[in-house]
Amino acid sequence: MNYSNLFRIAIRALIRNKMRAFLTMLGIIIGVASVIAMLAIGEGSKQKIRGEISSMGTNMVMVMPNMQRRGGVSLGASNSMALKYTDVIALRNEATSLAEVSPEVRANGQVIYGNQNTQTTMYGVSEEYLSIKKLEILSGRFFNSNEIKSMSKACILGQTVVENLFGAGADPVGLTIRVKKLPFLIIGVLKDKGESGMGQDQDDLILAPYTTVQRRLAAIDYINGIYASAISEEKSPEAIKETEEVLRRTHKLKESAENDFRVMSQSELLKTVSSITDILTYLLGAIAGISLLVGGIGIMNIMLVSVTERTREIGLRMSVGGRGKDIMKQFLAESIILSILGGLLGVLFGYLLARLAGSLMSSHAIVKTQAVVLAFIVCFIIGVFFGWYPARKAANLNPIDALRYE
Amino acid sequence: MNNNIIEINGLRKDYHIGEVTVHALRGVDLKIKEGEFVAIMGASGSGKSTMLNILGCLDTPTAGDYLLDGINVNTMNKDALAKFRNKKLGFVFQSYNLLARTTALENVELPLFYNSKVRSKERKESAIMALEAVGLSDRMHHMPNQLSGGQQQRVAIARSLVNNPVLILADEPTGNLDTRTSFEIMELFQNLNDKGRTIVYVTHEPDIAKFGTRNVLFRDGKIQRESLVTDRLNAREILETLPVENIEEFDK
Ligand SMILES: Nc1ncnc2c1ncn2[C@@H]1O[C@H](COP(=O)(O)OP(=O)(O)O)[C@@H](O)[C@H]1O
Ligand SMILES: [Mg+2]
Repeated sequence: MNYSNLFRIAIRALIRNKMRAFLTMLGIIIGVASVIAMLAIGEGSKQKIRGEISSMGTNMVMVMPNMQRRGGVSLGASNSMALKYTDVIALRNEATSLAEVSPEVRANGQVIYGNQNTQTTMYGVSEEYLSIKKLEILSGRFFNSNEIKSMSKACILGQTVVENLFGAGADPVGLTIRVKKLPFLIIGVLKDKGESGMGQDQDDLILAPYTTVQRRLAAIDYINGIYASAISEEKSPEAIKETEEVLRRTHKLKESAENDFRVMSQSELLKTVSSITDILTYLLGAIAGISLLVGGIGIMNIMLVSVTERTREIGLRMSVGGRGKDIMKQFLAESIILSILGGLLGVLFGYLLARLAGSLMSSHAIVKTQAVVLAFIVCFIIGVFFGWYPARKAANLNPIDALRYE
Repeated sequence: MNNNIIEINGLRKDYHIGEVTVHALRGVDLKIKEGEFVAIMGASGSGKSTMLNILGCLDTPTAGDYLLDGINVNTMNKDALAKFRNKKLGFVFQSYNLLARTTALENVELPLFYNSKVRSKERKESAIMALEAVGLSDRMHHMPNQLSGGQQQRVAIARSLVNNPVLILADEPTGNLDTRTSFEIMELFQNLNDKGRTIVYVTHEPDIAKFGTRNVLFRDGKIQRESLVTDRLNAREILETLPVENIEEFDK
C-alpha cells in the first residue's frame, strides 16, 4: 500500500471518530501549547533582562567594598570604608584593560524646590561616569574637572527628580534646588532611561561632583564604589583580574588576606542572570513537557482501544492480503497524524497563549523557530513511540483470530 | 491429473483450550478440481469452518499436507501467506464483513490496495467491473448501512472477485439471508461457476447444497461422504417460478 493511500485511509478512520480524535489530540495540543508558551515566556524575559543589563552601562566593571556578614551582623565598619579615591587614581594609571574609571559616593536625602520636595539619592561621580553608565545629557551640560576640583555645588537631575519637583517635561536648567540645606545649581538634565532589570528606577537620581558629595554632603573620606569600563567585552574577565591585583596592591593586603572589596562585571552579571533564566526556562519547559508525555499516553490509550474495536476490520484486511506491516503502518499513520495535527494546533494555541501572557506580564514572549521545530519533532516521536505498541499488537494478530473476535 | 486446485492429505487440526484438546479435524483427504463448485456440509461443530479457514490460508493445520494451485502452503510464513491470499483467493463471510462507513466501491477495491502492482486507475476499473458482475453498478457509492443484506453480500462477492482469484471460499454465505435472497446469491455463484470459477462453500442447508456440483459431508472432523450432485438445482429457474409473496411456502 503506498503512502498517500495509507494516509488517506488513516485520515478517514480518524474522521469516523471525530470527537474521539479531537479529545485525544487535546492532550497533545495542551502539552505542546504549554511547552511553546513556557519557552516563549522564558526566552522573552531572558532577552528583556539581558537588554536591561546591557543598557546599564558599557562593559561595566563595578567595585564594591566587601561587607562581610556573619549571621546577618556586619563585621566592623572598616570594610565599608575600604575604597578610597586613591584606588580610582591607581586603577586609572595601572589597569590597562580599563578604559574609564569613576568613583561613586552616595548621599540620600530630601531635595527641595519651592514648595515641592522629593526623596532621592545624590551620586557623587567624575566626568567618566556618564559614558560608563551610558547616560546622556538631554539639556544643559555635565560638570567639568574644574568644578570637581572646586567642589562646586552644580548638579544634573534625572527625569524622575525633574518630574517630582518641576512636573514632567520641564527644563529646570539654571534653577537652584536645596539638598540638605545647601543650594545646588542645576546645570543639566539627563535623558530618560527607564527601569533596570531589577525593577529599579534609573532616573531617580541627581549627579554631582564626587568631591562635593563626599565633603559637603556625606562628610566622609572614603568612597562607596568604583565604576569602570573595560576596553572591550572580551577584556572584561581580564579587567576584573587586573582591578583585583591593583586594589590588593594599593590596599597592601597580605597573600593570605581576603579581598576587602568585591569586583563584578556587567558581562558576568549577564552570564549569571542568563543562566538563571535558562534554568527557569528549562524547568518550565520540562514541567510542560510532562503534560506532553501525558498527551502521548492518551494517544497510546486510544490507539489500543481502537485496535481492540477494529479487530475484525484488521482480520478482514489481513484476509484480503494485508500483511502485518501493512496493518502496523496503518495504525502508526493514525497515531502520527493525531500527534502531528495536535502539535500543529498546539503550536498555534501556544503562540496565542505566549502573546497573551506576554501582554499580561508587559514583557515580550518570544516564540523561537527552534522551539516550534522541536515541538514537531517531539510530536512525531510521540506518534511513533506511543503508536508503536498498539500498532504492533494489531500487526501480530492472527488473521483468523482477528476475524472471529467478538 | 494436474488441474487439482486443492490437494489435501491427512489434514488435522487440534485446538488446545487449557487442559482440553479439541480435535476439530482428524485426518482429512480431499481433492478439488478446477471449475468445481463444492458444498461442504455437516452438522454444527463438525469442522466445516475450520476446514474452510485452512483452505483459505487464514489458519494453519496441526498436521497434514496442503497443496493450493500446486504450491505447498505449509512452508510459507505469515507475510507470504498474506500475499498468497491477496493474489489467489477470495473470501465471502456469513456476516459480509464490509468496512463500515466505506462505499461499496471502496470495499471492493480493498484487496487491490494491498497489491502494490495495481495502479489506482486500474484498481477502480476492476472494482467497477466486479460490482457490475454482481449487478450492483447502481449502488457503487452506497454505504453498507444503506444496502440490504443481500446487496451487502453481493458487495462482498464482488470484493472476492476483484483480484481474479483461482478459488473463492464462502462460509455460510446465505446464513444470514432469507430464502429468496439466498437463491439470488446462489444464482450469482452459479453464474460465476459457469464461467469457470472454482468455488467452495459451507452450508448446513441441504437445499443450498444442491446448487453445487459436488457435496462433501463432514462429521466429527472427518469426511463422512463425498458425492456428485445428481439432482442439481438451477437457481435462476427456481427464482422464476418463485412468486415474490410465497417465499414462506418454499421454506415450509
Ligand atoms: N478457535 C477455536 N478454539 C477452540 N476450539 C475451536 C475453535 N474453532 C473451532 N473450535 C472447535 O472445533 C470444532 C469445529 O468447529 P467449526 O469448524 O467452527 O465447526 P462448524 O463450522 O462445522 O460448525 C468445534 O468443536 C469447535 O468448538
Ligand atoms: Mg461454521
